[in-house]
Amino acid sequence: MVDTTYVFLQHYWWFIISLLGALLVFLLFVQGGQTLIYTIGKTEMERTMIVNALGRKWEFTFTTLVTFGGAFFASFPLFYSTSFGGAYWVWMAILFCFVIQAVSYEYRSKPNNFLGHKTYEIFLFINGLLGTVLLGTAVATFFTGSQFSMAKINLTNINNPVISSWETPWHGLEAALNLHNISLGLAVFFLARVLALLYFMNHINHPDILARSRKQLLYNAIPFLVFFLTFVIWLFVREGFAVNPTTGDVFMQKHKYLLNLIQMPIVLVLFLGGVVLVLWGILKSLLQPYTKGIWFTGIGTVLAVLSLFLIAGYNNTAYYPSTFNLQHSLTIFNSSSSKFTLTVMSIVSLLIPFVVAYIWYAWKSINIKKIDEEEMKNETHVY
Amino acid sequence: MEHFDLSLVNWSRAQFALTAMYHWVFVPLTLGLAFIIAFMETLYYKTGDEEWKRITKFWMTLFGINFAIGVATGIILEFEFGTNWSNYSWFVGDIFGAPLAIEGIMAFFMESTFIAVMFFGWNKVSKKFHLISTWLVAIGANLSALWILVANAWMQYPAGMFFNPDTARNEMHNFWEVLFSPIAINKFLHTVSSGYVLAALFVVGISAWYLLKGRNVLLAKRSIIIASVFGLITSVFLALTGDGSAYQVAQKQPMKLAAMEGLYEGKEGAPLIVVGALTPGKEYNDGKDPYLFRIQIPKLLSFLGYRSGDAFVPGVKDIIEGGYNYTDKDGNQKVALSAEQKIERGRIAIQALADYKNAKEKGDTIGMAYNRKLLDENFEYFGYGYLNDPKSIIPNVPLTFYSFHIMVGLGFLFIAFFILMLYLIYLRGFLINKWLLRLSILMIPLAYIASQAGWIVAEVGRQPWVIQDVLPTVAAVSRIDSSAVQVTFFLFFIIFTTLLIAELRIMFTQIKKGPKEGGN
Repeated sequence: MVDTTYVFLQHYWWFIISLLGALLVFLLFVQGGQTLIYTIGKTEMERTMIVNALGRKWEFTFTTLVTFGGAFFASFPLFYSTSFGGAYWVWMAILFCFVIQAVSYEYRSKPNNFLGHKTYEIFLFINGLLGTVLLGTAVATFFTGSQFSMAKINLTNINNPVISSWETPWHGLEAALNLHNISLGLAVFFLARVLALLYFMNHINHPDILARSRKQLLYNAIPFLVFFLTFVIWLFVREGFAVNPTTGDVFMQKHKYLLNLIQMPIVLVLFLGGVVLVLWGILKSLLQPYTKGIWFTGIGTVLAVLSLFLIAGYNNTAYYPSTFNLQHSLTIFNSSSSKFTLTVMSIVSLLIPFVVAYIWYAWKSINIKKIDEEEMKNETHVY
Repeated sequence: MEHFDLSLVNWSRAQFALTAMYHWVFVPLTLGLAFIIAFMETLYYKTGDEEWKRITKFWMTLFGINFAIGVATGIILEFEFGTNWSNYSWFVGDIFGAPLAIEGIMAFFMESTFIAVMFFGWNKVSKKFHLISTWLVAIGANLSALWILVANAWMQYPAGMFFNPDTARNEMHNFWEVLFSPIAINKFLHTVSSGYVLAALFVVGISAWYLLKGRNVLLAKRSIIIASVFGLITSVFLALTGDGSAYQVAQKQPMKLAAMEGLYEGKEGAPLIVVGALTPGKEYNDGKDPYLFRIQIPKLLSFLGYRSGDAFVPGVKDIIEGGYNYTDKDGNQKVALSAEQKIERGRIAIQALADYKNAKEKGDTIGMAYNRKLLDENFEYFGYGYLNDPKSIIPNVPLTFYSFHIMVGLGFLFIAFFILMLYLIYLRGFLINKWLLRLSILMIPLAYIASQAGWIVAEVGRQPWVIQDVLPTVAAVSRIDSSAVQVTFFLFFIIFTTLLIAELRIMFTQIKKGPKEGGN
């Protein structure tokens, strides 16, 4: 007999993971901005303003990534075990990108910083470029699959008890050779740059930075749309990894992800609404002297990414498919934590609105005015 | 038949040890300095004295430099549970993952939100809101330590869980037992208080350097007073929680206690080694005297471990060979099994799991019930089933022994130091005691050595277990090439060492510049 409470909790936690993933993609505007420091900032003061505008937000992106990882571990530990232990090189590369970011803001402008401020800016650039592309590529494997095997019975083999194994020697690097994966990686990269430009327009009070950001917005919005549409159209026409709800067997189904959208109208509305908001924020910022596009595009990003995560895991879909053996694919049912653990964490998750509220209040308090040259000259803690 | 790749296991352990030890260079200072800064800012808020604000901002600058690299080294650890210990992630993810998720939701966001206010809010928010933010950074940092230490304590003493053969993993059934296990409480209090002591010594040491140079005298005097009071209180507390930790180790991890004391043959009324040197190449059953020399306090180990001066403390040999009486966690008197018997029972448990799965596949309910019972009866020794040699349950005794004695010795030195410092402050003589000021500077590296030694005792002493008695390291690793881990080990080594050099140079430069030129 199906335990409906447990099923609800599994769906609830997939929603939380999806929401965290969506917020993470929005917050990647910090990474996008890091690749634009020299494109937008032509003088040292301009670059200082840009770095400080980003530097006051980098920790939120970082914390969201860490929380995303922690929540995934807690709610779907089999994914954590299978993907991280298997796609070793991709995850390690992502981690290295974030390690070098974490010190770069604080150390960049400090005297006697050993590596020189240029090196820290290169670190920021690497984080902005590889961090976004690799994260997007890794997430795309939720739809394209990976070559792994998983058998819990292995635990009883005392000489080799490992449950999950990667079945290619590339350990995740093969994901970067799949064009469909890369299209999402590049879409995320250009989206992060678009969001960063809109953030600069909204957050820095400087006419030259505003003008350059608007110009660059067009140059980055076009490739973003090209790669995003490539990914989405490809996704909707390809076969997807469906799960038989009675037997749990995984099978290939034509247009699975398009069908998921159609069969879940609320998710469809979220997706379409998200895409419209993203485009609205970009177009309004391009065509008018408008600086609040970040809100539309930002919210749109969260909605669109949330809906993509939801169609990966809901509606009897294997969210982490195995192309090595379909029956080893991970679903929100076979990879989740126990009912008790999900219940405990659900109670803790009731704190999330409170967390969001204090973040909002604190941000509002220190962002009462835009960053300008005068503030950079008088501020005691400058990156 | 395939076999464990011991090279993979050892490199994976080395990588985790490397990243954990680097992370632990920076975290203790964050934990303690956050509170010291909060005290200082509270004085500014209460008195309105601008000098307190200047002092607060100076220490805050050093806090920021240290905090950034602490964050950088921390992210790796969380993900390494998946990348390098994938079997572990599934086997106990149901229990271990929850504290990590709660840490993210409750602590990291609090820390990262209010740290922005702390650094950038001086001229933007009210004095009161700023002060609250500084306190919340301190609380957030310590809350994050709570959750990760709860998770670590659970690995040392797995409580509040049961093994579910259907999912082939351990599952949580009592969150409060996980959170409030005696090991968790002691571990949290002992670990954070070690951070407070380290931060206090850091502040005293740097202030002493200013006094020796005759610079920033008011800042140095005030900082020394605040840090010395904080340091004395927390170092005494550190000793008390250390006693609590050792007591829990005696009950739950007797092999670790035996390694900490170099005790090979158990005895009633066991002495505590104050200072000693171990006999090199000692085997657990060769009958050689384990010590080249020792200074000991009679019966104290028995008293500290079991609250009775005449209690029997098992040594390494006893734990390998079994046959001694002990009290189990439910208070029952039992005779200890030998390691060989435990390995046998572990194998029975593992085979019972395999047979249970087979029976389930065939729909054989009687077979399922039989094997479930067999599994439950032997699960206590499940992890032993993956071991081949009884000797493999012995951790590295010399490393554990010396680390333990260095940690304890330095801990008592710190208490004496703070007492002396406060006494001289009371006599108003500390400003002219150049030897004391020089000693204060020396205390900073000693604090770091003690701090690292503590983690070595905790983690090396519990080998070969990832989860005590339930999962050994050999059964917890990911299935990747040993060469891949070697590459990432050296990458981490290079990058963390580079960042450490950068951090130290920036820190020294800021200290030399002092508060006025230090971005304040």
